[in-house]
Amino acid sequence: MTTLDRIKGYRPRQRHLPILATMAMLIGAYVYGASSYTAFGSGQVVLDLFINNAFLLVVAVGMTFVILTGGIDLSVGSVVALSTVVSADLLQNQGWPVLAVIPAVLAIGAALGFGMGVLIQVFEIQPFIATLIGMFFARGLCYTISTQAYSIDDPTVASLAQTQIPLGGELHISIGVVVALVVVGAAAYVLYGTRFGRTVYAIGGNPKSALLMGLNVGRTRITVYTLSGFCSALGGLLLVLYKSSGDPLNGVGLELTAIAAVVIGGTLLTGGSGYVLGTVLGIMVLGIIQTLITFDGTLNSWWTSIITGALLFAFIVLQRLVGRRTT
Amino acid sequence: MTKHRLFWPVVALLALLLGDLIAHPAFFAIEFRDGHLYGNLIDILKNGAPLILIAIGMTLVVATRGIDLSVGAVVAISGALACLHLSGLGDQNSVGGTLAAVGMALGLALVLGLWNGWLVAVLGIQPIIATLILMVAGRGIAQLITGGQIITVNSHPYEWIGSGFTFGLPSAILIALAVFAIAAVLVRRSALGLLVESVGGNPEAGRLAGLRSARLIWLTYVFCALCAGIAGLMISANVHSADGNNAGQFIELDAILAVVIGGTQLTGGRFSLTGSVIGALLIQTLTTTVYALGIAPQAIMLFKAVVVLAVCLLQSPVFRKKLARRRKTAPPSPAVRPEKVEAGV
Repeated sequence: MTTLDRIKGYRPRQRHLPILATMAMLIGAYVYGASSYTAFGSGQVVLDLFINNAFLLVVAVGMTFVILTGGIDLSVGSVVALSTVVSADLLQNQGWPVLAVIPAVLAIGAALGFGMGVLIQVFEIQPFIATLIGMFFARGLCYTISTQAYSIDDPTVASLAQTQIPLGGELHISIGVVVALVVVGAAAYVLYGTRFGRTVYAIGGNPKSALLMGLNVGRTRITVYTLSGFCSALGGLLLVLYKSSGDPLNGVGLELTAIAAVVIGGTLLTGGSGYVLGTVLGIMVLGIIQTLITFDGTLNSWWTSIITGALLFAFIVLQRLVGRRTT
Repeated sequence: MTKHRLFWPVVALLALLLGDLIAHPAFFAIEFRDGHLYGNLIDILKNGAPLILIAIGMTLVVATRGIDLSVGAVVAISGALACLHLSGLGDQNSVGGTLAAVGMALGLALVLGLWNGWLVAVLGIQPIIATLILMVAGRGIAQLITGGQIITVNSHPYEWIGSGFTFGLPSAILIALAVFAIAAVLVRRSALGLLVESVGGNPEAGRLAGLRSARLIWLTYVFCALCAGIAGLMISANVHSADGNNAGQFIELDAILAVVIGGTQLTGGRFSLTGSVIGALLIQTLTTTVYALGIAPQAIMLFKAVVVLAVCLLQSPVFRKKLARRRKTAPPSPAVRPEKVEAGV
């Protein structure tokens, strides 16, 4: 389908329905929150959504690429944990400077992703199983490095963590948010503006057609998993900034949150259709629900997972209905 | 013989046990004490029973090209409901009360299976996402049932399910074997297994042959949830308590691994219940080995990852082809397998 068809046709608007629903729900939740609690209306609550979820946003962007190709990456939570533990170990015990730790951690994440990509592409092991092995492997590495949480008192990390970028008035964001937004921008450009991005959509749409069209399916698929590993490692680094510690128990179940955010953001889990912007909205929706539950104070924490499940259900059914009408 | 699909899983299991024998000869010691058997092998059977059960249920789901990620949540919910009912009883040791608790828990598991099956078979949602819903929400539901607390119970009939012994053997493994026998007879002595395989192997052909695939698929999810429900009872009975947050954590992943190790492809079609049982035993043996050999418990995950990787690679036709090409001059031998396990140990 050409770009022109996309603009002209009726189907694209149908396809936008899930993302519009997500946006409407986000606005609805915010308006509800602002009308119920005066403190909720301050702009900082919105910015805090970004500050608290910056690492998750980066992880979910990597997941979006994988899901767009029709795959899945279960290892992200463990890779995040591994990144925090490795950074803590290198900074605290080995005395590495921050500037050396960052590339090392990113390289480990990318290498793990690459390994899983090779298992999937070359050895034809299903993505679910290959990334499950990656999940056990990364989590196992965490425990062999440390079984308990380290706090990090490196002065550079501390100053980076405490840096607040003022946005005028009382509003401010953290460095993590800037990094996350840069990642989102870069991902959006790569997906919509490059040959690689088009290939990602093509593989998700129909891998066989993509191959017959002469696209480099193998390399793209391996790259996508490498990218997801890289994003998870970067997310781990942001979590280090956010928490100033490394913990082998970080990010348990994070892969589910990331997948849920991608689905709520309107990306089809069968691949081939979806937007990075949708993933951002998905993360925001999950974040705002968490914030609402915190503001309410009477609801117990487990309501978060029940509501997330209900939302997943609603969006999946919506996608189904949209899909039925278009095909 | 290497062509048989149970060959590699059995070799892996035997290699692991052989490694245990060499590293720790007392591993195989079985004693008879207090009227029942004791030992590492008995431990493997007893602690592996829930995983075996879930792997059996999962096999049928996987055979229809499905997957059930919600079994861990069902484990937590079933244990939570049973313990909640038991803790409210005046006499926790009453058999009737325990049966009611078990019945309620299994009833709820049945409903959850119906829900999963409805999403997959009727709404036509991809199984991995359909069951993701319950996987995410289920933990919350379990905690809702327990009120966020860990409910402890003190009921002898209930404990029998998890940690009791019958005829000297753990009752948990007897229950698992009974379910295995029923499932095996149902799928292999009737056309049911064949129908399930044709739904998974080629849904279009199955439809043209007049199969009511929706009903069959629905049935597999209900059966899988029931297996998970029984496993949930075993797990909570074994520790005399229900923990909505942690019970059955990651068991869905272990069960799927067991199924894959057992030679059932995630792409559906032909399945092997025996293979899945062997896969589940392999995973449980790994855990017990790590404890028995005194390897740091934190290495379990790494160890598991390495062994599973080895098994998956050996099952990958591409990998085998590459391996065969490399050793064209040397006589083909399966010697690679034990070496890998040794390296992991």
